[in-house]
Amino acid sequence: MGISRRSALKAMAAATATIVATTLSAHETQAAAVVPLPDAVGMLYDATRCVGCKACMVACNEANDVTPDTSASGGLWDMPVDLNEHAKNIIKLYRDSGTGAQSYVKRQCMHCLDPACVNACMLGAMQKGEKGIVSYNPDFCVGCRYCEMGCPFNVPKFEWSKAIPKVVKCELCRHRIAKGLEPACCEVCPVGAVIYGKRADLLADAHQRLAQNPGRYVPKVYGEHEVGGTQVLYLAHVEFEKLGLPAYGDEPVPSRVRAIQGGIYKGFVAPVALYGLLAAVMLRNREKSDSAKTEKGQP
Amino acid sequence: MRAPLVASSRVVETIDERLMRCGISRRAFLKFCSSLMIAAPFGLAITNMKTPEAVAQALGKVIRPPVIWLEFQDCTGCTETLLRTSHPGVDDLILNIISLEYHETLMAGSGAQAEERLAQAMHDYAGKYVCVVEGSIPTRDKGVYMKSAGRPGMEVLADVAGKAAAVIAIGSCASWGGIPSADPNPTGAVGVADLLPHKTIVNIPGCPPNPYTLLGVVLQFADSGTLPELDEERRPKFAFDRHIHDQCPRRAHFDAGQFVKQYGDHGHREGWCLYEMGCKGPETYAGCSTRHFNEIPDVWPIGIGAPCVGCTEKSIAFRVPMYQTVKIHEATPPDTYAPIYAPQGNISPVAAGVAGLIGGALIGAGFMASRKLGSADGAESESKPKKE
Amino acid sequence: MNVQSRPQPLGGAIFTRPVQALAVFAGIAGLLIIWRFIVGLGASTALNDGYPWGLWIAFDVVTGTALSCGGYAVALLVYILNRGKYHPLIRPALVTSAFGYTIAGLSVMIDIGRPWIAYKLPFFWDWNLNSVLLEVALCIMSYTVVLWLELSPAFLEAARTSTYSLFRRVGDIGLPVANKSLLWLVALGMLLPTMHQSALGSLMLLSGPRLHPLWNTSMLPLLFLLSCIAMGFGAVVMEGALSSKFLGRKSETDMLAGLGFAMLPVLGLYLGIRLIDLGVRGQFGALFAFDHYSVMSLIELALFVTAGVLLATDRRRRDAGNLFRAAMLLVLAGALYRFDVYLVAFQPGPNWSYFPSITEILVTSGLVAGEIAGYIVLIKLFPIMTGEPQAAAAGPGGETLWLASR
Repeated sequence: MGISRRSALKAMAAATATIVATTLSAHETQAAAVVPLPDAVGMLYDATRCVGCKACMVACNEANDVTPDTSASGGLWDMPVDLNEHAKNIIKLYRDSGTGAQSYVKRQCMHCLDPACVNACMLGAMQKGEKGIVSYNPDFCVGCRYCEMGCPFNVPKFEWSKAIPKVVKCELCRHRIAKGLEPACCEVCPVGAVIYGKRADLLADAHQRLAQNPGRYVPKVYGEHEVGGTQVLYLAHVEFEKLGLPAYGDEPVPSRVRAIQGGIYKGFVAPVALYGLLAAVMLRNREKSDSAKTEKGQP
Repeated sequence: MRAPLVASSRVVETIDERLMRCGISRRAFLKFCSSLMIAAPFGLAITNMKTPEAVAQALGKVIRPPVIWLEFQDCTGCTETLLRTSHPGVDDLILNIISLEYHETLMAGSGAQAEERLAQAMHDYAGKYVCVVEGSIPTRDKGVYMKSAGRPGMEVLADVAGKAAAVIAIGSCASWGGIPSADPNPTGAVGVADLLPHKTIVNIPGCPPNPYTLLGVVLQFADSGTLPELDEERRPKFAFDRHIHDQCPRRAHFDAGQFVKQYGDHGHREGWCLYEMGCKGPETYAGCSTRHFNEIPDVWPIGIGAPCVGCTEKSIAFRVPMYQTVKIHEATPPDTYAPIYAPQGNISPVAAGVAGLIGGALIGAGFMASRKLGSADGAESESKPKKE
Repeated sequence: MNVQSRPQPLGGAIFTRPVQALAVFAGIAGLLIIWRFIVGLGASTALNDGYPWGLWIAFDVVTGTALSCGGYAVALLVYILNRGKYHPLIRPALVTSAFGYTIAGLSVMIDIGRPWIAYKLPFFWDWNLNSVLLEVALCIMSYTVVLWLELSPAFLEAARTSTYSLFRRVGDIGLPVANKSLLWLVALGMLLPTMHQSALGSLMLLSGPRLHPLWNTSMLPLLFLLSCIAMGFGAVVMEGALSSKFLGRKSETDMLAGLGFAMLPVLGLYLGIRLIDLGVRGQFGALFAFDHYSVMSLIELALFVTAGVLLATDRRRRDAGNLFRAAMLLVLAGALYRFDVYLVAFQPGPNWSYFPSITEILVTSGLVAGEIAGYIVLIKLFPIMTGEPQAAAAGPGGETLWLASR
């Protein structure tokens, strides 16, 4: 007869318990603090200094050879309503009609310390490379858009309008940084609202501004710890959620996935073991049924 | 810097020598030089200098270049535009700075005397003179539609421009054919560069062009023998490297979406953008937005409320209807902002309907099938003993 | 024991009216797929940057493969729990699975934006081993191959009776090889779905911060695995009942009722884990908030529970109509769960909306129609189905069994 129903059910229960235990423990594991690279660079955007001139949008289009998004304006203006295939960088306006509070906010890739997009990408088209810049290489991109599904900031955008599409996102002007220049947006900003530098220096600068101007800012540097930390940091005088920067916890986005995948598939031991178990059970069952047949005199 | 008329010497002389001969004071010359610094076009080597004295010193050494000015199928507008300068005035220009050897409108002589003057100048200054061409040249029917002293324009051009050190084609007509070349172009009018493609030509299109562009080119040539940097259409970059739209004083109205809808309406009175009236500014290369005409601010088409017609551009002027709007190249952001959350993604009601139909049909069919199964098997199972 | 215990081709006309109709749908899908590649995804789908994954992923890939887990589920029953009496269900389930996974693979190829780069997928030196999607892709690709290989004995058996000597030779040589390697293939065919069906749950863990708390749990891989087994059984029951009814086979209520019984522990585990998880994470408040998230969750749970209630007693399981309805509910419940995780729970922001476009819907329907047509054609040509044919071409109520005729 082979395995009795009882023992089979027992085995199933044991297997399920193991799986549950593994996943639960993975869930409860404290995410190790993400350590930035020593030469990690980034940007500090101070919304209180921004005047909404949008020179950064024009400079970004120029530096990255991006055609402006004139679809919403009937061909007249570069007027994207959000980051998209024609906008790697955008200035948005928050305005509260009730209180009159308003703030500009510059949105682009946050260059997370532990990016979801890098974890997602099957063939490594999204990479966290030199100076911690998250770069994109279309030569390894199949256009699956898992990076878009993973990014907590909705950053990677897809060229929906093209028959031969790519993913589009800010890469911190790494082609300019390689030549010793700054990202185009930082270089062109007339009021120094967005500046470029080493993450450590920018973080120190941001904290100094908070300390020296307590009434001027919401007392937090956004990006210091959110989703494990990002290389683009924000200061503002309205709550960050209102600017479209959600109140995320400190856990990096890929940590749960890594715990489960790493936990279960470490060294590929579990799959091989399971295969062995399945094959062993089948072999035993076949033996039993063959011997039963021979007893009954059947071929 | 008024001076009595003194006969030009037959020998090429420097400006300093000329001024001395005419008895023009040094002070007057310095005044002229300072006004030149203020009003002269950007990009001119002379205007990099810091003091009028420096300009005077550089300019003083300049040998007055001989200039032969030819007119073909023209309206004389380009000469007229030159007359409306005062820094330097055209009299200073033609009497003291350059040596204007031949100009049909301005010279005193006419007829055989004028022709003799031309031949003489060509002989004396062969290879040294600057030939300025105004007006287009007819080419159809062997060019009979414009003749000078019995010779077709084509022949005159080949002759005079052929021996020139440099050719300046002033105005759209000389640059690419201008008004005479408009459809159907019955005379086969073309610009200078179409007839003498291998000659060094500076095109200064415009209808008329701003005279300071001409002055800048002439003075640079006089000063150093070089011509300013030219673009692919042989236009000096210092005046033609930007669209009217890029420097337009009304750009803020464009960015704010404030457009004139009808002549005389509220927006027109407020000086709003003329894009919707057919302004060709976004596709026209010219310097008019920064350097207005007649030396009075706002005296230029857009400044007085008339949309730019693109008079410098061969593909636009006298071809594209004045009221037709043009494409914006290199779009820039407007005066408005994207909200934090802009609604995106649309739901097609047709698709929703179809999905509902298909889903409903499948589930319905499933239930119908299950009923059939139930009845059929209900009958069967009653007739069989229950197994297991 | 039945007289006919070996699988036989059903025979009969191939291009019956229903198959023709299905083929038309499939043809429309084919044309639309060509059009999608010409104009790009933006013009043919309603996908956008807020919802980069839509119907083709949520249904064709995620739900479609779960529906195709019949082969997996029945194999577990037959080969691991050693319930030999369900053996006749294996081959038909494999056909559904093979087609289902092939369609899923095809859907991936038409959904991704740069399919020509996919040739690099076997390049293991470029693999990002941290990527869940890579695991899903590789497992699905391999499993599709395994499924067709598991079916190879059916094709080789048919080849041995072919009129062409070449085919006969291939069959004679190939069949023993196929039979020998079957055990190892079947084991693989149980390992791979375990891996990738749970991975389809892990996939959405990466969207964690943007998943609604009612679905955002580390239990996602386990819940996906359990629901896929349940859906697999459900699909086999439905397809078994339909094939019997409409293709003139004796009904297999006995076996199918047994499957119904097998669904119960899986269902129980799924519901238990789901509810305990919601409780541990303190989400019962959200469950009864009666916003659209709560309503979808409640409908999900209601479908699962109702299916369980309909399967609770032996009598109910033997009522073929009831069994079919229960299986349908289970399949709908599992499908809804997947749609909820991928499309409803996913919150890119309050400003984004998505509903599949006509093209997406027609392509999906056409692919499924093609799959059904393929299933019918295959079971008529190859030895897949076991069991007795009906005595007459007329059903018990006198109605014509029109699929078997002509």
